Amino acid sequence: MRVLVGVKRVIDYAVKVRVKPDKTGVITENVQHSMNPFDECALEEAVKLKEKKAAKEVLAVSLGSAKTQASTSAWNADAVEVLRTALAKGADKAIYVEVDDATASKLEPIHVAKLLSKIAEQEKVDLVFVGKQAIDDDACQTGQLIAGMLDWPQATFASKVEPDGAYFKVTREIDGGLDTVKVKLPAVLSADLRLNEPRYATLPNIMKAKKKPLEKKKLSDFGIDVKQQTQTLEVTDPPVRKAGGFVDDVPTLISKLREKGVL
Amino acid sequence: MLSAHSLVRSVARLTTRSSRFASTLVVAEHDDEKLNSITLNTISAASKLGDVSVLVAGANAKKVAEQVAKVENVKRVIVAQDEKLKAQLPERLASVVLASQNQFKFGAIVAGASAFGRGIIPRVAAKLDVSPVSDVIEVHSEDTFSRPMYAGNAICKVKSLAPVKLITFRGTAFPPAKTEGGSAGIEDAPSSDLSYDKVEFLGQELSKSSRPDLGSAKVIVSGGRGVGSADNFKLIYDLADKLKAGVGASRAAVDAGFVPNDMQVGQTGKIVAPELYIAIGISGAIQHVAGMKDSKVIVAINKDADAPIFQIADFGLKADLFQAVPELTKAL
Repeated sequence: MRVLVGVKRVIDYAVKVRVKPDKTGVITENVQHSMNPFDECALEEAVKLKEKKAAKEVLAVSLGSAKTQASTSAWNADAVEVLRTALAKGADKAIYVEVDDATASKLEPIHVAKLLSKIAEQEKVDLVFVGKQAIDDDACQTGQLIAGMLDWPQATFASKVEPDGAYFKVTREIDGGLDTVKVKLPAVLSADLRLNEPRYATLPNIMKAKKKPLEKKKLSDFGIDVKQQTQTLEVTDPPVRKAGGFVDDVPTLISKLREKGVL
Repeated sequence: MLSAHSLVRSVARLTTRSSRFASTLVVAEHDDEKLNSITLNTISAASKLGDVSVLVAGANAKKVAEQVAKVENVKRVIVAQDEKLKAQLPERLASVVLASQNQFKFGAIVAGASAFGRGIIPRVAAKLDVSPVSDVIEVHSEDTFSRPMYAGNAICKVKSLAPVKLITFRGTAFPPAKTEGGSAGIEDAPSSDLSYDKVEFLGQELSKSSRPDLGSAKVIVSGGRGVGSADNFKLIYDLADKLKAGVGASRAAVDAGFVPNDMQVGQTGKIVAPELYIAIGISGAIQHVAGMKDSKVIVAINKDADAPIFQIADFGLKADLFQAVPELTKAL
């Protein structure tokens, strides 16, 4: 079985993002970036499947714009760096699909899904594994879109995956608890945070990763039309909530809540 | 005169066209017994886009359809009842949605932004080759919406150019539609191919609780890492019971095994907006705040006065939760 894992480079989860004064987006320059946490879980699970001999090969794919600013700091490593991390964590091979800055700003999950579907077919993979959502756009669409495009079954928000011959038994996180579905390969899975604890890349593995194959492609190589369907009109700060201050003790808290009419 | 006539005619034509375009299909979420409350919020949101039709698909859909027909603002209920639609797996449900779309040509197909809605809407979008818009919190016009990004730290206003709008709505951002006053007609869904057999539903394990559901609770009491253990969570449950509140948790409390993960409030858990949210032993990480900052009144109880949760709390109590929470429970 061959597994394709989609990985996205996003602003690090611990960064408090700031909206640009011109309302065109958020500030990304000189801000720490890293692999989307959900993609780390998807990758970890794929590597585990390989270690259990359930998968033969793990292919990591990312797309994004190459570095353009001269003053790029180490923080601003591009999508290639995210793929090197994936290789250091156990992926066998990586494909980096380069897009120019103008196109990158127009990319929507549907374009990424078209690309990953195409690569899944070309590379004859049996499983596409992605994170359940990217923590930047919070769209939560890519896995489901890929499944729809390929007409493959989808098991989203996976917290446990068990390979079983030509099937996967997947426990999913749903609103009221958990459910379990069985999907026939080829299939699309999306990872929830509870799926596993991603490993760190060790220094020897980071060194070894430099020798692993990393193919660079262009979006145009795949004939994907990046036709914009969703225009961003403006990006603004959310309404600010003001701190109300401290109360001295429990009785004061109760009387304040009664005054507000919420008790 | 002639031009006036043609003007009238073209206006009339425009009107019929726009009313046809402004019809919306809500994909109902239910458990074959009862409509899920997020569908009521979704119906309110959808009614801002025009006439609302609701698709109820399932193994026992007719029963749920009767409830939906009474909901205000619902004009038409489309029912697809089939044993194969049990658990409403997106692979088969998508066929029903597409068959309905082929027949009625809706301008928008929408659902609540729950695990269910997030599963079905993008799959249908892929089949229609349109880009979906997730987790909408505000409808400006039939093609312009606002949605949060970056864990709610930025609000993005978007214009969808898609020929059909595929949308999920954040439940807490819209009031629930009233469950009576409507009198929609019920009709059968056009037939669709339900033979997709590459997926099978094996079962579910729902957390049993007599407490109100987090999505619709008026009061929520949440515990974090500071609570310390699963046993100590009893303090939280006791207070919640006194307040008839739902119980939530931070990811730290879930990861530490204090409570099951469907209780998690935050960017990747549930988004809630109750009248009163009491955060106990929760520091207030960006990801948690994303799930509760739209609550009407926020109370934080924490012994660390520098905890970020105090920056958004209306009332902060700097205290040891093991003393303050029992005292609070007793005083109520």
